[in-house]
Amino acid sequence: MSDTLATNVPTYPFGNAGLDPLLPDLGPDGVGRVQLPTGQQAWLFTRHEHLRELLRSADFSSDFTRPGFPLIRPIPEDMPRRPDGSLIRMDPPEHTKFRRMLTPEFMIKHIRMLEPLIRQTVVDALEEMRAAEQPADLVEHFALPVPSMVICHLLGIPYTDHDYFQERSRILLAWSSPPEQVRDAIEELRDYLTRLIAARRDSPGEDLISRLAAERVATGEMTEEELVGLSVLLLIAGHETTSNMIGLSTLVLLEHPEQLRQLRERPELIDDTVEELLRYLTIVRTGLTRVAVADTDVGGHRIAAGEGVIALLSAANRDADVFPDGAEFDLNRGSHQHMAFGFGIHQCIGQPLARAELRIALSEMITRLPGLALAVDADDVRYRDAVVFGVQRLPVTW
Amino acid sequence: MSGRLRVAVDRDACCGSGNCVRTAPEVFDQDEDLGLVVLRQPEPPESEYAVVREAAYNCPAAAIDLTEP
Repeated sequence: MSDTLATNVPTYPFGNAGLDPLLPDLGPDGVGRVQLPTGQQAWLFTRHEHLRELLRSADFSSDFTRPGFPLIRPIPEDMPRRPDGSLIRMDPPEHTKFRRMLTPEFMIKHIRMLEPLIRQTVVDALEEMRAAEQPADLVEHFALPVPSMVICHLLGIPYTDHDYFQERSRILLAWSSPPEQVRDAIEELRDYLTRLIAARRDSPGEDLISRLAAERVATGEMTEEELVGLSVLLLIAGHETTSNMIGLSTLVLLEHPEQLRQLRERPELIDDTVEELLRYLTIVRTGLTRVAVADTDVGGHRIAAGEGVIALLSAANRDADVFPDGAEFDLNRGSHQHMAFGFGIHQCIGQPLARAELRIALSEMITRLPGLALAVDADDVRYRDAVVFGVQRLPVTW
Repeated sequence: MSGRLRVAVDRDACCGSGNCVRTAPEVFDQDEDLGLVVLRQPEPPESEYAVVREAAYNCPAAAIDLTEP
């Protein structure tokens, strides 16, 4: 058992120094306690087996308004902590209700119909970058615009507003942003989407927000405020994660030229490559936070009701019992058991979209840009100090 | 005792991640209305056993139950 009065409790989050996630020595058990910036302490779980158990368990809640919930950044006093349609912070049965309104939208067979649009978006961005001056920033020209355009299309948000929502999304996710600035960014995104939803209600389009407004809000299944919260979540999650994955994946592939050559010779390896990139990079570096709602056990450790836990996905995805030599990138690994999309009922609903975007973006990029190379030393690449891990810029030539 | 692997799914538990459909499309599908799991073959052929076991292991909601032969 861990002694809650123990000294030397490491401070969490651990920061993003590079491609390898930072982790204190927790011993072979991989379980420890951490000190949060909010003054709370929480359990930290890092083993694959423990995360499977924890994230599937109904003894843990995702509702951050519950007492004891581990907050990894301070929240301003005046910030409304409302249940607002953000389904990652809901428990069943509300979570189930909301999730089922969205699951058909992101099903593999529906995403497949979107693939021609994704491919066209990817090709246009690559061709535009090819016409630009070299070196160019791959993040600005490719990794960020492609997922932004796709999620805008899906949600019915005008892409011309991208500067507005990308800037607020960046503030929201950066560790260095003061709490008041984070609050303002959230409120501005909410105001923006409130206006957009009102416009879509009056003149609906062929998009998800229009459908939800007409089929769920108008029928009373969802409040307008909940649709706003849900839209903010989908907009941010829909472009930040995939965008950071494209940037980082490009860096990893360029740093493993032998494997990149193999992928160029055998394009059918792209699916396994994407899975291995998801595992190896695990960009939700801060892991998943939960609070125990009943006294329970995980991996032989007694967790009392009201205690907070952190499930560190990035560590579980390098667990040697499941992924031997997990610190190595190996596209032939067949990483089918990774938890990059989380685990449990909250597992990423957009994973078919993310996989399709990554597969198409990386395939087209390495085919159309056979001479793609880093324009800076890999050691000089600057990483984002943010909730979602990524590169700030990736200067490349081709 | 049946000599076949038997598959059962729990649609109430299903969270529609689509993992099973990606892993074993011959055995699992998702319905159009709710995106929840639909079992295509409760007793799949032996050639599907490996992917079905992988789908059950990777199901985030533990909604796939296997009875081993």
